Amino acid sequence: MESNVAPSTTTKMNFKNSRSHLSDKIVPIILFLCAALSVLTTIGIVVTLLSETINFFKSVPFMDFLFGTKWSPLIEPKAFGILPLLSGTLLVTVIACIVAIPIGLASAIYLSEYAPKRVRKIVKPILEVLAGVPTIVYGYFALTFVTPLLKSIFPSMGVFNALSAGIVVGIMIIPMVSSLSEDAMSAVPKSLRHGAYALGATRFEVALKIVVPAAFSGIVSSAVLAFSRAIGETMIVAVAAGATPNLTLNPLESIQTMTAYIVQVSLGDTPHGSVEYGTIFAVGMTLFVITFLLNILAQYVARRFREEY
Amino acid sequence: MSTATQAANQTLIHIEQLNLYYGTYHALKNVNLTIPEKAVTAFIGPSGCGKSTLLRTLNRMNDMIDGTRIEGLVSMGGTDIYSSDVDVETLRKKVGMVFQQPNPFPKSIYDNIAYGPRLHGIKSKSQLDEIVEQSLKQAVLWDEVKDYLKRSAFSLSGGQQQRLCIARALAVNPDVLLMDEATSALDPISTLKIEELVQELKNKYTIVMVTHNMQQAARTSDQTVFFLNGEMVEFDQTETLFSNPSDKRTEDYITGRFG
Ligand SMILES: Nc1ncnc2c1ncn2[C@@H]1O[C@H](COP(=O)(O)OP(=O)(O)OP(=O)(O)O)[C@@H](O)[C@H]1O
Ligand SMILES: [Mg+2]
Repeated sequence: MESNVAPSTTTKMNFKNSRSHLSDKIVPIILFLCAALSVLTTIGIVVTLLSETINFFKSVPFMDFLFGTKWSPLIEPKAFGILPLLSGTLLVTVIACIVAIPIGLASAIYLSEYAPKRVRKIVKPILEVLAGVPTIVYGYFALTFVTPLLKSIFPSMGVFNALSAGIVVGIMIIPMVSSLSEDAMSAVPKSLRHGAYALGATRFEVALKIVVPAAFSGIVSSAVLAFSRAIGETMIVAVAAGATPNLTLNPLESIQTMTAYIVQVSLGDTPHGSVEYGTIFAVGMTLFVITFLLNILAQYVARRFREEY
Repeated sequence: MSTATQAANQTLIHIEQLNLYYGTYHALKNVNLTIPEKAVTAFIGPSGCGKSTLLRTLNRMNDMIDGTRIEGLVSMGGTDIYSSDVDVETLRKKVGMVFQQPNPFPKSIYDNIAYGPRLHGIKSKSQLDEIVEQSLKQAVLWDEVKDYLKRSAFSLSGGQQQRLCIARALAVNPDVLLMDEATSALDPISTLKIEELVQELKNKYTIVMVTHNMQQAARTSDQTVFFLNGEMVEFDQTETLFSNPSDKRTEDYITGRFG
């Protein structure tokens, strides 16, 4: 074979490079460094968290931590059972989701299926601004507005309680649920809607039986993300839910969430390196694991329910 | 064979002095047209001349486009379909539509067909089974899919998907079937199958189709309407329009001199 010999032709062409390709060599390096930075930071955080947590479990048995029903790391008699913090966190998170998921979904359906273009153009940016309000503002909104309102319904309720904090955390994450679900619904092709309208479906039937199922994986992801966001929320619960580690499912009582506990200890004068100080890493690790599992769940659900279109 | 019998067909749809505006754009200009029942009427004309727009006035799909304004009369079976006591959903149930791109729902083959009947209140499993089978048979798809009814509609080929969409439209038992370039995304063999299907279906349904394919209009339609710039230029029996057009513009178009 003489495949390497180019047959000669009368028209000559050359393919030599005339521009400098320096940028093509440097740019990827810079981009890689930026990507690497965030990965390294994450690894750093996990490593710190992990080593401090391991240290902590040298003094406190793992089982006592996981299944203990009393949390009193700072005051004698000391107890390191995380269940009260876990129940407090779950209580607030579940209340928040009960508020945020239906309202967020309903407003997403309104925006994507009913609202005229003009309304959507105004409302969407407002929602996004709402998502940017500092959470401390929401915290004081809970304490000074929602709690007194609730107290007129439930007179026995304390100043600090899970219900008020949960509702306001829910209000805070509505824009996120709504915005993400709306994105998922808007991504459903117009042609599917037209197909259903042409069969005599009403707007509501198209929304409920075509758009929501087709956007289901996106909607579920937005709900799970909302759940993670509610679990991790700190300022609102620190301000409005109280600081009483309390193994209860009664939303009218004062409780303490994991995040609020971490704030309490970080701001206090607990000596660094002590077992008491180590608790915040153990609690932080627990939070990290829960959020991590939720993200995996979200990805699984999104894949499991994906309707191809 | 058919010119005489077709001419005898009753008129089902009357369009009189129809004007349609998208905002300020005048898309249909004073269209007058009658469409006979149980026959195939084809709309032809260059791109942008308003064929799809006119087709969509027949099931009021234009209503959903913001800023659309419509004047004139569209009556179907003696009823003005734009009068205020017409229920749009019921109208669309009676006037089915098949689109240019096959648009099956992301559901199983069975659920695609059953979607319309369920919407209109049929719940009984045996009744739905019956409708699914009948509709797929009418769309000449039954033999190809009868063992895979639970499979996703997306597992079908483009041509099969389009016949599925036809079956889906037939499942709600319409009187009229609108087809907007329903074969333009398909290969020649699928196209031929659908053309044959149309010949079958016209015994039971009034069919209005938009096509860019002149041979297709000539092969499958009984009556052809030629549009240009939003105006109806000529409408006649298909044979007459293609062999002996009375308007110079029609002749130019069908002989391929423009468009
Ligand atoms: N939603 C809309 N808003 C504004 N103008 C539109 C809209 N839909 C169609 N038009 C305009 O109306 C005219 C007719 O459009 P139509 O889709 O009916 O043409 P057509 O004959 O079906 O063309 P084609 O053969 O390319 O499908 C075109 O000029 C088009 O730009
Ligand atoms: Mg068109």
